[in-house]
Amino acid sequence: MNLSLNPSAEISTASGVARFERPLGLDSGAALEGVEIAYETYGELNSDKSNAVLVCHALTGDQHLASIHPVTGKPGWWDRMVGPGRPLDPERYFIICSNVLGGCMGSTGPSSINPATGEPYGLAFPVITIADMVRAQAMLVEQLGIKRLFSVIGGSMGGMQVLQWAADYPDRLFSAVSIAAAPRHSAQNIAFHEVGRQAIMADPEWKGGDYKRQGSRPQKGLAVARMAAHITYLSEPALQRKFGRELQRDGLSWGFDADFQVESYLRHQGSSFVDRFDANSYLYITRAMDYFDLAAGHGGVLAEAFRGLASTPVFVVSFSSDWLYPTADNRTVVRALNAAGAKASFVEVESDKGHDAFLLDEPVLDAALGGFLTSAATARGLA
Amino acid sequence: MSGTGREDFREILRLVRPGARVLDVGCGGGDLLEMLQREKGVDGRGIEISAAGVSACLARGLTVMQGDADRDLAEFPAQAFDYAILSQTLQAVREPRTVLDNLLRLAERAIVSFPNFGHWRVRMALMTSGRMPETTVLHEPWWSTPNIHLCTLRDFTALCDDLDLRIEAASALTDGRPARQIDPNGLLENWRAESALFLLSRRGGAAVPPLAGQADLFG
Repeated sequence: MNLSLNPSAEISTASGVARFERPLGLDSGAALEGVEIAYETYGELNSDKSNAVLVCHALTGDQHLASIHPVTGKPGWWDRMVGPGRPLDPERYFIICSNVLGGCMGSTGPSSINPATGEPYGLAFPVITIADMVRAQAMLVEQLGIKRLFSVIGGSMGGMQVLQWAADYPDRLFSAVSIAAAPRHSAQNIAFHEVGRQAIMADPEWKGGDYKRQGSRPQKGLAVARMAAHITYLSEPALQRKFGRELQRDGLSWGFDADFQVESYLRHQGSSFVDRFDANSYLYITRAMDYFDLAAGHGGVLAEAFRGLASTPVFVVSFSSDWLYPTADNRTVVRALNAAGAKASFVEVESDKGHDAFLLDEPVLDAALGGFLTSAATARGLA
Repeated sequence: MSGTGREDFREILRLVRPGARVLDVGCGGGDLLEMLQREKGVDGRGIEISAAGVSACLARGLTVMQGDADRDLAEFPAQAFDYAILSQTLQAVREPRTVLDNLLRLAERAIVSFPNFGHWRVRMALMTSGRMPETTVLHEPWWSTPNIHLCTLRDFTALCDDLDLRIEAASALTDGRPARQIDPNGLLENWRAESALFLLSRRGGAAVPPLAGQADLFG
């Protein structure tokens, strides 16, 4: 099937849903039967299957990496990074992007039908982890006939998946890129997520997570969760530059309408989000991020998580104004990679755009990522 | 930074053992690292302060981290390298003594080069004009130079003594000519060397015996 890709060129694209015959064992001890993972691909797999790049999406992203989103009608979340001559060049790479386990865009998640009951899972869906998401991706990659990925790339929660890949499947990747991520969720990260979850669960329409079966939608709670989270994706200077204290209309309303532009902006972010995202997915995915602590599974020593990497090139990127997953967290990853003997490269991109900078126009990121991938491609024999 | 026409690169290439693990601190766009990989087959890493330099290195397939010598040498475990190189940068760091110490924590040997403030041109410039010298090696005015910890050859050898470092080799780099091996305590070298390059290790490590230290009357 052809997708409506950015109109730059004729690129072979496809979408599909992989269904796993064997059950997916989870970190919690539970197992999921009949797991489905929705994905898109860009470009073509070469004859020796050495040019595959897996792109891992962030909390609210999905498989629509560079294709028009079916719900919003907007370009894919990393459209600007994909295309001929861009860092993720489909003429050179076979690019895979899949919806995470627990997601709501076609992969098995809390809104999927529970085969045991014939009803949506709701809260009967098992709690999942970043490692579970990665395990499902590894099964997808295997099903596509790829033994070793040329690269695994992702930002934010996508970067956490990259680090998990590096820990769990070091010999299945030739290189890796982690952007604006962290080796574990901090107390502050968990705290913000808890605000979001409580907002969802406080919405009477949430109905104990059973809203889908009962025909309701906790839109208000999910919108507030998104509003709170969105603030953490921006920086104070970016908010100030964009909105300052600018008003929506002349004068104050002396009430609680959205007087300030920043209020109106956040309300819009919240209300448009609920059209494309499922509240229970939001609970499960934020939980997976909170549980993420890569060192914990390796005796508390992060470097031990990366022992299998040998001389794998790994590129770590942070943004100077990102206070959600700050440079210090990313440097911790680099230090551990160095201690494990990986070929760790690192850059801190100067930007005042906060955490969201990884999705936005940052020429330094493009140049560095393009350079890293191109030279790795040469080393891999992908001319 | 240089002004030496990078003859120090040739000298570093000569000193580094083939196939060694090398860290280049302040690697810029990766010229030296690339030469070392190409000609000596080293396993190289770089530290570079600018994002542009890091990008340039990445495009050349080099492994490089953004960082600076003062803050980020701790990113590497002890004895991770055979050589740590600090080329024409020691005079620009905030804590030269700590940096030097760190280089020899993470590597068995350090290769360090710096402009010699004891060079005759520097001395003459200061003596005749009474102003901070501006020479080919030190080519910026005092108020804009990144060089905040200039030293002479003798200052440096004294610091090496202080840190209990062994000077395994030393060379003088002058007027763009090829490096000339010197006894850093030798008569007149502190006058003649425009820049100096040292191969250092910790005393107590296995290597050649330390060079005889002689007082230099003209130093």
